[in-house]
Amino acid sequence: MYSKIVLEHFQNPHNQGKMEEADCVGQVGNPVCGDIMKLYLKIRVEDRDKPVEERVIEDIKFETLGCGAAIASTSMLTDLVKGKTIGAALKVTKQEIADALGGLPAVKIHCSVLATEALEEAVKQLK
Amino acid sequence: MKRIYFDHAATTPVDKKVMKAMKPYFCDVFGNPSSLHSFGQEAMKAVDEARNKVAKFLNCDREEVIFTSGATEANNLAIRGVLKSEIRNQKSGTDNKLHVITTAFEHPAVLETVKDLEKSGLIEASYVMPGADGIVKTEDIEKEIRDNTILVSVMYVNNEIGTIQPIKEISEVIKRMNEGRPNKILFHIDAVQAALYCEMKVGELGVDLLAMSGHKIYGPKGIGVLYVKKSVKLKPIQTGGHHEFGLRAGTLNTPLIAGMGRAVELIKKRNTKKVAESRDYLWTKLQRNISGIKLNGEMVRRVPSNLNVSILGVEGEALLLGLDMEGIAISTGSACSSGSLEPSHVLMAIGLSHEEAHGSLRITLGEENNESECDELIKKLTPLVERFRQMAPKTE
Repeated sequence: MYSKIVLEHFQNPHNQGKMEEADCVGQVGNPVCGDIMKLYLKIRVEDRDKPVEERVIEDIKFETLGCGAAIASTSMLTDLVKGKTIGAALKVTKQEIADALGGLPAVKIHCSVLATEALEEAVKQLK
Repeated sequence: MKRIYFDHAATTPVDKKVMKAMKPYFCDVFGNPSSLHSFGQEAMKAVDEARNKVAKFLNCDREEVIFTSGATEANNLAIRGVLKSEIRNQKSGTDNKLHVITTAFEHPAVLETVKDLEKSGLIEASYVMPGADGIVKTEDIEKEIRDNTILVSVMYVNNEIGTIQPIKEISEVIKRMNEGRPNKILFHIDAVQAALYCEMKVGELGVDLLAMSGHKIYGPKGIGVLYVKKSVKLKPIQTGGHHEFGLRAGTLNTPLIAGMGRAVELIKKRNTKKVAESRDYLWTKLQRNISGIKLNGEMVRRVPSNLNVSILGVEGEALLLGLDMEGIAISTGSACSSGSLEPSHVLMAIGLSHEEAHGSLRITLGEENNESECDELIKKLTPLVERFRQMAPKTE
C-alpha cells in the first residue's frame, strides 16, 4: 500500500519533535479523520526585517497525532521547505509531497494537506 | 521475520483438512454437478455431502441450505429476495411502502443493502442503535415494529467489537408479534462472526434466514450459505438456471462447497477454550502495560476471539503500520484506515468520540495464536504507543 520512501519516513521521520523558542507555530486538525498537525518554524535572524515571503526557513519541526501518511508527508514537507524562503515553501503542493514520497494511495493524499495547511497557519503568525 | 496474525475477523487461514477436502474437485472430479452423466454425478455427490453437513450443523433440512458466493451474496439474497416476494404479494394500488428493521452497526453487506432499497424508494427502514455495551436491546427492536414491517435483520455477532446480540430474545418477540398478524414478519440474521462460537441451531434461534461465510471458519473465500426456512417465500435475485432449488442460479462451485462442508464439520473440534484463554491473557497484559486503554463493547456477551480497544492519544492506522513492519497483523476502526475517511460506523454507533475511534485497534485471535504471541504483541505495541504519544503535540 505504501511506498518504500513513505515507510522510511514513517519509521524515522525527519525534523520530528518540539521546538523551543520557535518564531511561529501553526496547528491544524482534520475534523474528518481526527489527525492533528503542529509545525514549528525558525526564521534566519538576518531576514527578520525582510518581507515575509523572502525570509528563509532556517529550521522546522513537527509534531503530529496522525496516521502513517500524515507522519511521512509532513516529514517530507519539512525536508522540502527547510532552507527555502517562506514564499517558495508556500508553493510546495500536496502533489509535490506525494511525488517526492514515491506516491501516496489516492485516499491518503488528504493527509499531506495537513502539512501544507499547518505551514500556512504558521506563516500567518509572521504577518 | 516470524509473522503473527491477529486478524481472524477479517479472514481465517484455510484448515489443511479443508484444503484436502477441496482438492479432488478441481482437476480430478471436475464434472458439472448438474450434469446427469457420471462425471457430473460424482461432483453432485460432494455437493450433497456438503449440504448434509451444513444442514446437520444448522439442524435444518438439506433443502433449506442454499450455497452462495459468500455472505454478502447470502445477505443480499435474504433481504432483496424477501422484499421481491413481498412486493409481488402486495395488492396492486397500495402505495404503502414495506418496512424493514435493522441495526445501525450491521456489516455493510446488510447495511448498504437496506440503505440501497430505501434510497430506491422500495422500503422504509429503521436503524436501531445499539447501546454503549455493543448490544441491541430487544425492546428497541420491538418499538420499531409497524403494521407494514416485513423483515427484521440483526447481526448475530458484531464483526468489529465481537458483541453477541440477543437473537433468541428478538425471535421470541417477533413470534409473539406474528400471532394473528396477516403479514408475518421474517427474521434474518447475519451469523458470519458467530459460527465458530455461538449456538447455530436455527430452531433454537428461531430465525427464518441465516447467512454464513466460509472464510471466517477456516474454510475458503468465495463461498457462503443462506439458510432459508421452508415456509419462507423467497424470490431469486439473479436470473439463470434452476440451481439451488431455484433460488440461486449459477453452476455449483464443487470444490468450495466441499470445503464449506468440511469447515462446518470441523467447527465442533475447534479449540475455542484456547482462543478465550489467549484473549483474556492479552487483555490483562494490555491493561497492565499500556495506560489510557479502554475496551470497546462489553466483555461478557462477546465472542472469545475479539478484543477491540481504544488507546488514547495515538492513531490506529499508524499503530497498524508500525506493527505490520514488525510482522504483526491487527486491524483498526480509525478513519485514516478507511477508504471513506469516516471512522468506523460501529464505534460511532456505540457512542465513541472521534478521538476514541481514532485510536481504536481490533485484535481478533484464532486457535493458532498462543500466549507467547500475545507477549510478542505487547512487546512491540508498548514502545510504539510510547513513540506516537511522544510525537503528538501536547494539548495545553
